[in-house]
Amino acid sequence: MRFSIYRYDPDRDTKPRMQDYEVQLEPTDRMLLDALVRIKEQDDSLSFRRSCREGVCGSDAMNINGRNGLACITKIADLPDRVLLRPLPGLPVVRDLIVDMTQFFKQYYSVKPYLINSDAPPERERLQSPEEREELNGLYECILCACCSTSCPSFWWNPDKFVGPAGLLQAYRFIADSRDQAASERLDNLEDPYRLFRCHSIMNCVDACPKNLNPTRAIGKIKDLMVRRAV
Amino acid sequence: MTLPVRRFDALVVGAGGSGLRASLELARADLRVAVLSKVFPTRSHTVAAQGGIAAPLANSTEDNWHWHMYDTVKGSDYLGDQDAIEYMCRRANEVVIELEHMGMPFDRLENGKIYQRPFGGHTQDYGSSKMAMRSCAAADRTGHAMLHTLYQQNIKANTQFFIEWMALDLIRGADGTVLGVVALEMETGEAVIFQAKATLFATGGAGRIYAASTNAFINTGDGLGMAARAGVPLEDMEFFQFHPTGVYGAGVLITEGVRGEGGYLLNKDGERFMERYAPNAKDLASRDVVSRAMTTEMKEGRGCGKDGDHLLLKLDHLGPEVINQRLPGIREIAIKFANVDPVRDPVPVVPTVHYQMGGIPTNYLGQVVAPMNGNPEAVLAGFYAVGECACVSVHGANRLGTNSLLDLVVFGKAAGEQMARDIRALPEAHPDLTAEAADRPRARLARLDATTSGESVHVVGADLRKTMQAHCGVFRFPDDLAQGVSRMKEVAARAARSFIGDHSKVFNTARIEALELDNLVEAAMSTMVSAEARKESRGAQSRSDYPERDDRNWMKHTLWYKEGNRLEYKPVHAKPLSVETFEPKARNY
Repeated sequence: MRFSIYRYDPDRDTKPRMQDYEVQLEPTDRMLLDALVRIKEQDDSLSFRRSCREGVCGSDAMNINGRNGLACITKIADLPDRVLLRPLPGLPVVRDLIVDMTQFFKQYYSVKPYLINSDAPPERERLQSPEEREELNGLYECILCACCSTSCPSFWWNPDKFVGPAGLLQAYRFIADSRDQAASERLDNLEDPYRLFRCHSIMNCVDACPKNLNPTRAIGKIKDLMVRRAV
Repeated sequence: MTLPVRRFDALVVGAGGSGLRASLELARADLRVAVLSKVFPTRSHTVAAQGGIAAPLANSTEDNWHWHMYDTVKGSDYLGDQDAIEYMCRRANEVVIELEHMGMPFDRLENGKIYQRPFGGHTQDYGSSKMAMRSCAAADRTGHAMLHTLYQQNIKANTQFFIEWMALDLIRGADGTVLGVVALEMETGEAVIFQAKATLFATGGAGRIYAASTNAFINTGDGLGMAARAGVPLEDMEFFQFHPTGVYGAGVLITEGVRGEGGYLLNKDGERFMERYAPNAKDLASRDVVSRAMTTEMKEGRGCGKDGDHLLLKLDHLGPEVINQRLPGIREIAIKFANVDPVRDPVPVVPTVHYQMGGIPTNYLGQVVAPMNGNPEAVLAGFYAVGECACVSVHGANRLGTNSLLDLVVFGKAAGEQMARDIRALPEAHPDLTAEAADRPRARLARLDATTSGESVHVVGADLRKTMQAHCGVFRFPDDLAQGVSRMKEVAARAARSFIGDHSKVFNTARIEALELDNLVEAAMSTMVSAEARKESRGAQSRSDYPERDDRNWMKHTLWYKEGNRLEYKPVHAKPLSVETFEPKARNY
């Protein structure tokens, strides 16, 4: 199988380049990450992040033949004979396939991604009906891999001002939680020409999400709430 | 050359469930805390836990901590320390309710309480045939829900993180006091001394010493390696849990919650074979029991597939609604990694290395303890350990499912509380470091820089994993173990000479893997040597030549020391904190 992989090591290279690899796969190699591990056996200078290798930790997001995805759950069988791998677009490259995610996490932190409830906690659990809990499905499962935000043109242009799909999904995860008391503060926090409203429903995020989540829908719900409280 | 020094009150190494629970406690106590992690916190392996966290909330079935304690003692095959087990079970409801208050998205019952499901080995009324619904679950993503919630709370508490920093070695003062670690910033390749009045290891397990493992790549036993190199013994390392249901060929975990929801295992004849091995609990017997039964089925020719090398986990009878609501992640994994949709077809599974019961010896306050001047458990000042890297010991020779997440939060919190107390009792100023404080890690880095040929790190690593897999499996044989010990000595010698081609400073993952190999070597060596020496079968250790448990000679904890590759033993704590001892008896499910 043939690969063309983005290489850049600021310690040695003056500029990025593409490097070709040819690798003999074993029958047990099913996922793109397995192939990357094989390539690293040939050339240990190839750098990429990886951890759980089952699609739950969000480490190995990269741009695979032009689409963002997780290497560990991308089947080799579904790939063409020649695979083009680049780092996630729109973020500074640290080295090879490793990007600097500072800006991405800054936006995540900016939505106060934690439950806010100032009542004295009861002795037992706070009650929540199965229907109320259901509201969190499709939101809490986010793995912060950044596939969505780094596929979003609005985030490419304004990564410092637009929260981006991942951060907005998390904002809505707490707005939607029946136990959270800060919905109106959270909406205030997003009431801004950039933070929320730079989303133009391009829906690249929905396409890119390896967990099949739908940030555009969550963003739409936040926009609805904004409109509803304005009238 | 001297390394830069950064000073904190408390240092937490590892940002999984236990590290984040401890750091939260410390940050809330207004102490200066640094959390070091070689991966971004939500990439830690806690994220992969699926089925639930144990707590006798009694939301669906009658339950109490006494029953939970009994099950845990029995599950441990009586090697668990009963004081620590009582402590954990008594604090279970408190810490799980706290997680709910923090915002953890547990599934819910109609009455709004936390949803609980049955799990292996968890019973009502001291081991009766009635299972307890004790596992508090967020679908089959409980670890993800818990880890993200704990990280979110740390954001709220303004905990200071050092992300993608790998701790290399422990620093001990002349009197043995632990003073911090030397750590490597992965992005720049710079090494820095982190000095602290209290240092906590929450570095996770070493499941990657085996070739087939449910564990993430990062589970390389870093805390174990650092402790061992600094002269701290490792406890009960022979007890490695094989989870009954890893996806055949891929190793990815399929939660026991599948069987908790009503799934069961089949052999090639379509027989529900667990009925023969565990007539009461059947598929919900303890993991060691189920994994042995599965291995026996395959050995006796009743395995599935053309090579008879796996079994089938059937769950289609649960119906798409239950599967989609309670086990959506499992469906995703089965489709991706086993090419079957469990709504229609059974999932091919095989017992797969999953969890390390042993680790750095601690008491139930998270303090590291080691033999000193005749005291088998003298507190090692300044040093704490929690989670999978620690051996409290609550899991003894075999852990019950859902007790690991509980272990993380109970002892993460307890260690945080204890560290805060200890730090307040210490003088304001940090003690001086000796000139040699960073010698060991600097020598390790210098060796890697200077070595430009020889055997590759990945080749030696692969041999280490193959050796463990072949010589120290579900069933253990005396010749294999003896040979395994000598093979591991060769592997250790080869690892010490191995080389990497990449000498870049910037995010050099080859260097990280080489440093991890040093830790894998200590974890694997301690496991093999401890297993070879223990002449009995108990929990996860099952020997062909000593098939019975031998309480008279072997109801004791192993302590392995790197220096001299030698073993010592210490007594099990049979006495709980407040209740009567659960006396050892034959273990049937």
